[in-house]
Amino acid sequence: MSKFTLSEQAAPGGWARAWSGRRRWPLTSVAGGALAAGLVLLPLVFLVKEALQPGWAEVERLLFRHNTAVLLWNTVRLALACTLLCAVLGVAAAWCVERTTLPLKRLWAVVLVLPLGVPDFVIGFGWVSIDPALHGYLAAVMIMTLSLYPLVYLPVAFAMANLDAGLEESARSLGLGPWQTFRRVTLRQIRPAVLGGCLLVTLALLAEYGAFEIVQYQTFTVEIFTEYKLGFDTAAACALSLVLVVLSVAALGGEFALSGRGRAWRVGPGAKRLAPRVALGRFTAPTLLGVAALAGLSIGVPVGSLVYWTVHGGSTTLPPASILTDAWHTAELSAAAALLATALAVPVTTLAMRHRNRLTVLIERLAYLPQALPGLVVALGLVSFSVRYALALYESSFELIVAYSILFLPLAVVGVRSAMAQASPRMEEVARSLGARPASAWRRVTLPLIAPGLAAAFALVFISAATELTATLLLRPTGVNTLATQFWAYTSDFAYGAAAPYAALMVAISAVPAYLLSRRMTTLARTEASR
Amino acid sequence: MSLLSIRDLWKGYGDTPVLQGVDLEVHAGSLTAVLGLSGCGKTTLLRVIAGFERAERGSVSLAMQTLDDGRTYLAPEKRGVGYVPQEGALFPHLSVQDNVGFGLSRRERRSDGVAELLEMVGIAPLARRLPHELSGGEQQRVALARALARRPQALLLDEPFSSLDASLRSRVREEVHELLREQGVTTVLVTHDQEEALSLADVVAVLRDGRIVQQGAPADLYEQPVDERLARFLGALNVIDAQFRDGAARTPLGALELRADPACNGAGTGVVMVRPEQLDVRVREEGAAGESTAAGLRGRVEQCRYYGHDALLYIRPDEPGGVAEVLLARVHGEQALPIGTPVSVAAHGPVTPLP
Repeated sequence: MSKFTLSEQAAPGGWARAWSGRRRWPLTSVAGGALAAGLVLLPLVFLVKEALQPGWAEVERLLFRHNTAVLLWNTVRLALACTLLCAVLGVAAAWCVERTTLPLKRLWAVVLVLPLGVPDFVIGFGWVSIDPALHGYLAAVMIMTLSLYPLVYLPVAFAMANLDAGLEESARSLGLGPWQTFRRVTLRQIRPAVLGGCLLVTLALLAEYGAFEIVQYQTFTVEIFTEYKLGFDTAAACALSLVLVVLSVAALGGEFALSGRGRAWRVGPGAKRLAPRVALGRFTAPTLLGVAALAGLSIGVPVGSLVYWTVHGGSTTLPPASILTDAWHTAELSAAAALLATALAVPVTTLAMRHRNRLTVLIERLAYLPQALPGLVVALGLVSFSVRYALALYESSFELIVAYSILFLPLAVVGVRSAMAQASPRMEEVARSLGARPASAWRRVTLPLIAPGLAAAFALVFISAATELTATLLLRPTGVNTLATQFWAYTSDFAYGAAAPYAALMVAISAVPAYLLSRRMTTLARTEASR
Repeated sequence: MSLLSIRDLWKGYGDTPVLQGVDLEVHAGSLTAVLGLSGCGKTTLLRVIAGFERAERGSVSLAMQTLDDGRTYLAPEKRGVGYVPQEGALFPHLSVQDNVGFGLSRRERRSDGVAELLEMVGIAPLARRLPHELSGGEQQRVALARALARRPQALLLDEPFSSLDASLRSRVREEVHELLREQGVTTVLVTHDQEEALSLADVVAVLRDGRIVQQGAPADLYEQPVDERLARFLGALNVIDAQFRDGAARTPLGALELRADPACNGAGTGVVMVRPEQLDVRVREEGAAGESTAAGLRGRVEQCRYYGHDALLYIRPDEPGGVAEVLLARVHGEQALPIGTPVSVAAHGPVTPLP
């Protein structure tokens, strides 16, 4: 029985209940869960502590000055415009691909997701290196919309492919026209997917540093970075970070309030049929043009400019030999982080799904928290902690790995959770009744069943860590460069030709798993729908 | 001799009590069905016996060995109790033969044991298939073979046939029954289907509100249930007023032989239970009105439910009193009568008084 849900709410309550009660807790899982929760909380605690260090008056002076209001305005208007545009583009594109007779559907389903595999700052680089005059609000809105709309497109396309035709047919038979049906039935069905996607877009906007620096647009994150790196004022940076955290929490709350009861968007287990596609007829050519334009602007332009700079830049600037060393560092750090995050996700998920109670649910919620924490915030929190209490860790590889695994723990949990949902505890019970000890039952039954999920979690964290810029810039050990930081160094010097190969390598690393992931989503949607 | 013995077993989840003092004795080699409505605690009972849940109070013992008495607790893998959950729960990543061989040692797996088991349940050609490539009935048989592989002392089946569709169910049921009989495995099966329990089991135990309300041979339960609620759960019935005298019951349907029941030895009035198949229905000749040749109750057919092999007649007596408003009678399929047919109804005993 295959079950894949985009929302974390898919708690299999039935057997979770059966496992509660008077049952001894597995010590390994409890220890792992506690460690994960502690790691997530650590940077937050020390961020607050550091921010309050100079005293409340100083914080007040910092937060209630004119500049802060400007930053707030900049950040909010950007977030609103981008989120709205992403929602419109994402839903429209998903509808065209999944619900109409658009030609080359398979191709678009993959191409439209590809921008996810290109770091935002590389997309920004792609545009600015073509037209150096691009800067300010509109440039920021355009670049961020083009790089973030897949966050809406992907869940909405999945939801649309998964829609039960019966609902729309019932609506039509109840006298609703096609447009009314779309508005009152289809849109209602995909609402949680849209809202979930919008939340991810907003959170990504709040966390972004690189792309805004490139188009010279001041947001909170950019200001905090400058305050710390150039002003060497950790306390001020931490205080401003608190505002960022508040904004993220507000976004989370907004999504929660809007989605509300709409979350249970799956009706009954009845047999599902694929919804019929809308015939585009004479609108085929314009629609095709629109989708192609979106794909061209979002993935074509950045990739094109990368290719251009790699080819043309290469003739003037020799490809730096350090690229191999940097790639190796990137791979090492990312792999270690992916391993740690996946290892932490297993106990968190096990506790939340098999020993469900208030505490374990809290641990799981905490594990999702970093989704709302900008990398900069986590990095600053870790810096504050290590500088004061563990100087040996300051700017060590270990600290960077820990930062990555905290930041991307939510991705790992999502990956492991969807797999764990397939591995019912019934299986382990049967294994025990067949004579296997608890550890051996886990190894022989549960582990093989969740292995694909573990691999997916590892891949997701690996990609994200390999293309992470902001936290890496703050935490990397002296002398260690990753592909992202070296790319950044060259871009800052306008050495586009030298920077391009680094970006190309990052895209190559992350495009393959991004492609596989989108394929997996489509197959899952199909198998679900054909049941 | 009883092999599996459960005494005063209590178990709840949080504040919700589920099992409230279950007593159950299962004899060696027998097939015992635990019958109850969904939510009555059947599955919980099996899970405690298997060791997936721990008892709060009371004891579970198998072949004189204590499995769980609220203090000591034996891990599931050490109990020698086979368990077949509702959906079969085959390991989806293992082939049929690896599923069946899961509980065996490496050496046992390499011997012919697995092949013999597959042969026994009739799925030898499917040995290399994966579970999702099997039909529901085949999956059920693999799950059974897997549980039998370790030669468990007792086998627990949780609603084993409920996930199969009706056409398949009776066939798989027969096959499984035969297999268990051949193997002589002591089996506890839980089900909500009274027909299944009555037709398969040697002993039926009825679980209600967390207790066993009655335990006995299927016929004993059907004919002599402890109360009306249980009587109705096991099948349709008519409740008839009666006067008891000399081991017989005088009823509007005639004088009926009483089953020996120490509770109703003496004289007095009460009610008896008459199953629909105990009613004899004869068509009354309208022409001979007024002539009451046949002893019995006059009435008319109000409704007829035709099932093919038999039919259920709803008969409304001409003069109410002493019997239910409508009598249910089961007759042969060819005796299905049109609505409005005048009939006379008699009954044959023995009947059971209801408390």
